[in-house]
Amino acid sequence: MTLVDRELAASVLERALSRGGDLAELYAEARQGFSLTLDDRRVERPQGGRERGVCVRVVQGESSYYGYVDGTAEADLLRVADSVAQAVRGEARRPAALSALWSANGHAVTVHPEEVEARRKADLLRACDERARAAGAEVAQVRVGYAESRRLVEVYGSDGRAAADDRTRVRLSAQVVARRDDRVETGTDTRGGHVGFELLDSDPEEVAKKAAGRALTLLDAVDAPTGRLPVVVGNGFGGVLLHEAVGHGLEADAVQKGASVYAGRIGEQLAAEFVTAYDDGSRPNEWGSDGIDDEGTPTRRTTIIEAGRLTSYLYDLLRARKDGVESTGNGRRESFRHLPVPRMTNTFFAPGDATPDELIGDVERGLYAVSFGGGQVEPATGDFVFGVSEGYLIEGGRVTAPVRGATLVGNGVEALGAIDGIGADLEIATGYCGKAGQSVAAGVGQPHVRLRELTVGGTGS
Amino acid sequence: MSLEEAARTAVDAALAAGASDAEAWAEESTSRRIRVYGGEVESLSDAGGRGVGVRAFAGARSGYAYGTDLSDEEVAQVARTAREAADVADEDEHAGFPAEFGTAAVDGLASAALAEWSTARKVELALAIERAARAHEGVTQVENAVYSDAEGTVALVNSRGFSATYSATQAWAYASAFAGAGADLMTGLGVGLGRDPDALDAEAIGDEAAERALALMGARRPESRRCPVVLDAFVAASFLGFIGSMLSAEAVQRGRSLFAGREGDEVADPALALVDDGTHPEGPASAPFDGEGSPTRRTPLIEGGRLLGFLYDARTARKAGTQTTGNASRGSYRSPPSVGTTNLIVEPGADDLAGLIRTAGDGLYVTDVAGLHSGVNPVSGTFSVGASGRLIENGELGTPVRELTIASDLVSMLRAVRSVGSEGRWVPFGGSVKAPPVLIGEMSVSGS
Repeated sequence: MTLVDRELAASVLERALSRGGDLAELYAEARQGFSLTLDDRRVERPQGGRERGVCVRVVQGESSYYGYVDGTAEADLLRVADSVAQAVRGEARRPAALSALWSANGHAVTVHPEEVEARRKADLLRACDERARAAGAEVAQVRVGYAESRRLVEVYGSDGRAAADDRTRVRLSAQVVARRDDRVETGTDTRGGHVGFELLDSDPEEVAKKAAGRALTLLDAVDAPTGRLPVVVGNGFGGVLLHEAVGHGLEADAVQKGASVYAGRIGEQLAAEFVTAYDDGSRPNEWGSDGIDDEGTPTRRTTIIEAGRLTSYLYDLLRARKDGVESTGNGRRESFRHLPVPRMTNTFFAPGDATPDELIGDVERGLYAVSFGGGQVEPATGDFVFGVSEGYLIEGGRVTAPVRGATLVGNGVEALGAIDGIGADLEIATGYCGKAGQSVAAGVGQPHVRLRELTVGGTGS
Repeated sequence: MSLEEAARTAVDAALAAGASDAEAWAEESTSRRIRVYGGEVESLSDAGGRGVGVRAFAGARSGYAYGTDLSDEEVAQVARTAREAADVADEDEHAGFPAEFGTAAVDGLASAALAEWSTARKVELALAIERAARAHEGVTQVENAVYSDAEGTVALVNSRGFSATYSATQAWAYASAFAGAGADLMTGLGVGLGRDPDALDAEAIGDEAAERALALMGARRPESRRCPVVLDAFVAASFLGFIGSMLSAEAVQRGRSLFAGREGDEVADPALALVDDGTHPEGPASAPFDGEGSPTRRTPLIEGGRLLGFLYDARTARKAGTQTTGNASRGSYRSPPSVGTTNLIVEPGADDLAGLIRTAGDGLYVTDVAGLHSGVNPVSGTFSVGASGRLIENGELGTPVRELTIASDLVSMLRAVRSVGSEGRWVPFGGSVKAPPVLIGEMSVSGS
């Protein structure tokens, strides 16, 4: 059963183009979700939600006109189409006949989470709580969250596009606070995927254990060093570096506005020859994967850096049309309440062949940044800042004391050029990426990566 | 069907499904958003939304559900889902409604002037912002100028006889301007907000974006130092948003606030006074009642440098043996109430910005911080964040600087406040905050 039937979709597109426009699109979505939290030994905030709505968009030249409404009632859809058309000035155009609805079904889901009893999810959180508390007597607070969502998406375009996707995501996250006298530290970890409840088949409590381990480690942390230092960045969530410092600057909206330091630099050698990076929304069951993007383009793997050379930007339909290329399947939106914009899916450095020990072994004095609390970048300049949530000193080629309060400050282009080693241990972590007021699931990842030198800001000296 | 009727239907359905108590928050809104670029409309939207969220209690357990369909049948289904969800939760002896319900008188939440503005005039306002920014010599690009507004109505009904509704309007605009090019490209943000577009000064927003970018032209990394630091209103507001989140009783009771157990202590310099005011006529977060039907009010948090208390909803108040402060906040019908700030306001001091800079003598004027949400440890309060701005040399603004970090911990910073500026403004960063610039006696600045 479809969200919007084909004939209705066709008449919405026709009405949307009644005063002209280069293309019209109807995006429909039904979403249901369930989430549950355990905090302070208590299971709380069980929450279910059901949303359904559509967005109608008309693009004319460089302008996008759109409207959205809750629900999928015929009268509402036609009214939104008419109201959007009112903003357009031109001759009516006829949309192409819609092709047969193509269902992407790209990512296998074995156990649909909505069919799993809520009590099992509550018990899972309790087991996580127990595991975190068993990690050490100094564990003071444990918060664990479980969330599942299923999102049915349909896209109909005036070019005849008709595509559907069925997206199930499951995520488990843990935040642990450890306390020793006046000292209080926090550790976090998550596991998530575009996947069913089977994600949590094997040792889900490991998430809680890792979060507790980080918090406990930080209790012994010394103040972070400051200055220009070699930095080894950990695998998995360490990939936030690539996401923030490079990825955002490759999103074609920023590039076309000249708001990216990477504008006009395709083909340029920005990193050493052993550096290759991808954005891959088709990677099976990965957190940032989908079958199609939110404009109906199938997701794919895009090589953004090949042998150190910048090879591609990330496109949605609009920006691709402007550059005369194909969409790379990066037109994503948070919901029917938002316009699609070019967004990363899963962005990661390809693995090399070094081991973490080899990368660290050559460093006389430096920082080992295992995990970040997040980061921010100014795409126009590539300047970035990352808070290091788990970091260690490297002294004499060995990892020594944990540090706290470290930040990495630098510039994306500079950081790419500073990569002088890549490990073999690729891992992708689950994040949420915010841009233009929209939050979407994004996979960030990499193997261990070493940077020759970067500015480390901290509270010590 | 009116919003209050839909909410009542939900409450009745939850009770029929066996809930011991229930509450429904229904919402309806329309909004517009206009983004211009290069003298043309880049995007224009017109949107409508509605939904209902139901909180159902089964004794000391509670569950929540929401939906976007306000038909009787769907609303009742949402209510039943909430009731079923409650069975999964553990008991919470402090859970439940506030002892009393009510509404505060808040003036001017909705402006009739908003409806009088045609879409064409709003587009013209956004274009005027862009033109104002571009008019400055040295501005190479205006990345976007955005105008946005919303009008919404909310109804809250519960099983104890509370039923109330209110409407509010809001208009805001911002622009980001670039100066310079390539690796030396600098950005600046200009913002304005109010109840309707008449409150927005297009010239001023465009000028601010341009001036903030131009002020950073030629910025370089400064040498590391310890020195006085002036935070501009944007930056002060971002920090205060963080401090506000740690003054919630929820954070305190869960051991996630560095202010836990410090009531009555001197936590800041006597120059600093901070209040939460849900009734302020200009406050973007003002409303007559909070997310569970308590009247909103003005709650002093820090006065003369002393911590007076925390922000409570009914549950955290019951746990602490005190009264709610009307701070059960709702993001939307999609989330249950939880403790949050309304409008955080720093009481203005005596010195204007030039005065603060003169007093600083030699130091740093910070106009932008990056990575605040990741750079501050919410439990210990230690932070190290990226920043840019100008050096202060002999009591005047000097060399532009960037790629530096400022580091301290929040309590040390509050205690080191030396002077609070006189020019407070509403800033949409860190929640809804009205802050003036603030002079901090000393901070650690790390550059090259």
